[in-house]
Amino acid sequence: MSTAPSPDLLIAPLVVEFPFTRSLGPVQSAFLTGLRERTVLGVKAADGTVLVPPVEYDPVTAEEIRDLVEVGDTGTVTTWAWNPVPRRDQPPAQPFAWVLVRLDGADTALLHVLDAPGPEAVRTGMRVRIRWAEERTGAITDIACFEQYESEPADGRAAAHSGEFANLVTGIVAPARLDYTYSPGRAQTAYINALAGRKTVGERCPLCRKVYVPPRGACPTCGVATDEQVEVGPRGTVTTFCIVNIKAKNLDIDVPYVYAHIALDGADLALHGRIGQIPYDQVRMGLRVEPVWRDGSRHPDHYRPTGEPDADYDAYKELL
Amino acid sequence: MPDARDVAVVAFAQSDHLRRSDEFSEVEMVMPVLHEVLRRTGLGTGDIGFTCSGSSDYLAGRAFSFTMTLDGVGAWPPISESHVEMDGAWALYEAWVKLLTGEADTALVYAYGKSSPGQVRDVLTRQLDPYYLAPLWPDSVALAALQAQALIDAGIADEPALAGIAARSRSSAADNPHAQLKGSIPSGQYVVQPLRTGDCPPVGDGAAAVILAAGDRARELCDRPAWIRGIDHSIEAHSLGVRDLTDSPSTRLAAERAGAFERPVDTAELHAPFSSQEVVLRRALNLDDRVRVNPSGGALAANPVMAAGLIRLGEAAARIHRGESDRALAHATSGPCLQQNLVAVLEGEAYDA
Repeated sequence: MSTAPSPDLLIAPLVVEFPFTRSLGPVQSAFLTGLRERTVLGVKAADGTVLVPPVEYDPVTAEEIRDLVEVGDTGTVTTWAWNPVPRRDQPPAQPFAWVLVRLDGADTALLHVLDAPGPEAVRTGMRVRIRWAEERTGAITDIACFEQYESEPADGRAAAHSGEFANLVTGIVAPARLDYTYSPGRAQTAYINALAGRKTVGERCPLCRKVYVPPRGACPTCGVATDEQVEVGPRGTVTTFCIVNIKAKNLDIDVPYVYAHIALDGADLALHGRIGQIPYDQVRMGLRVEPVWRDGSRHPDHYRPTGEPDADYDAYKELL
Repeated sequence: MPDARDVAVVAFAQSDHLRRSDEFSEVEMVMPVLHEVLRRTGLGTGDIGFTCSGSSDYLAGRAFSFTMTLDGVGAWPPISESHVEMDGAWALYEAWVKLLTGEADTALVYAYGKSSPGQVRDVLTRQLDPYYLAPLWPDSVALAALQAQALIDAGIADEPALAGIAARSRSSAADNPHAQLKGSIPSGQYVVQPLRTGDCPPVGDGAAAVILAAGDRARELCDRPAWIRGIDHSIEAHSLGVRDLTDSPSTRLAAERAGAFERPVDTAELHAPFSSQEVVLRRALNLDDRVRVNPSGGALAANPVMAAGLIRLGEAAARIHRGESDRALAHATSGPCLQQNLVAVLEGEAYDA
């Protein structure tokens, strides 16, 4: 493997972004609604242990647990780590400490962040208090952060709580975004670069001699690298097809239309494309087609009939 | 199910692990490793009874990304195949079970990860629970740093001890031609205090593969098979705040069930991406100074995510193949702060047997 990319290697930003939409069960619903109301709830296990944040099943016995209790908004740091360079989406933009905090009345610790001037101001055992976010929606980020707060740990056990609130939060949307720099690798780069010149290039397997289009750099039959480039098409044969009757969102193509597998001349694998310039109900297996390019497009827009006689079934039966 | 059969690792191959490999798609990166591991046994792709792989769509940024690498194993005509969205060590576990059932005599296990296209610290936050953790984006180094501080507070380790583990790992990696970081590496600045650059694994791309075989088939394919005497894996409670981060009960349980404590091992390949995690694992596994830990350099020298655990099994097996170990322990982990742990015990037969 080489580390220096060749100059014509395709590289592009790829953003994967999605709103992670989750429904909440009774326990998590009460907890997140409670945060909106500045109330921290935990759950009591059969052995009396108070778990904050609360879970629906006992981590030791796996029994379902539902007994909600209210714990304090002050607590003790059980471990910490100083983050000198916050990353995108991490709650404070300035340096902060990650902390696990055991809130007063709880037996387990909650992960969150601590606002502090520097690592010298943080230690395990330090007393802290929740700083609430000004706008709260029923999410873990309703806790803006923890801050130092000297106080004695509260005595006694956590008090039972009904978990009843007006307007329970029953779901969350957690936005997620990951940024990549994508490269399709050698074989697919060559394919895409050839398309820019309106040519379709496949790769031939050195063992079975089949030509794969688009090439992915490997022969799936022989499990070896393909490297010999072969120009295929431009004409080809419809091997099979379907009629699309539902209009896709943001797609400017009238339905019904035909989507087909097309075996380009010289290729041993069919690729797929839309068939146009022929009524949808006249498309057939064996139809001879050719690509139609539009200016500025990196792919054929669609394939149209060439007017040649249909191909013999025997000529494409291995490519279905 | 027939009587339980003996199953061995008979071959291992891995790529050179690099910071980036833009020129290669996943299948282009994996194929040379597959060819190498097959060449070591003389098997062809058509001779393999079962194939199992480990990888992650989140690293690739693409759904069903593993299907692309199947081209590299000769998946046509149809083969018996499976995939785990996890480190390849768990794919090896699945293949081991398949061989125990008698449904196959040989298995190809491979794993790969390209961390270079994304930001692996951010990517790994997406494996956390979406309610309480993921919205805060606590990255993999931050979570490991919380565990490291817990060890320091408990008096179990200090920063110089962690630096010593990092230095020993990279110095052992000097003999490993595939390692990404080797030799004398400065400790560097804090990434997330108390962890410095030197306490953290390199970010990189790489792949690995092993071949398993059962009974006499293993003896045909390898002069000294690395017999799997036991494998087990176990998991900690889901929430970090309910765990004692200085301990790894799941590793201890898996090791016990794999038979690791029945007799001493001479070698241990531990999957500890952070220096502090080696401290936790050594304690959970009762490893003393007589055991050679991570002679390959471990994950601190090369950490291709999703393959690094399988590499621990492969490195342990390869030492048995070469006669450098008679009984080795291999460990793999997945998830934050040693969330899930797998332990295997491998043995070579005495030469005069």
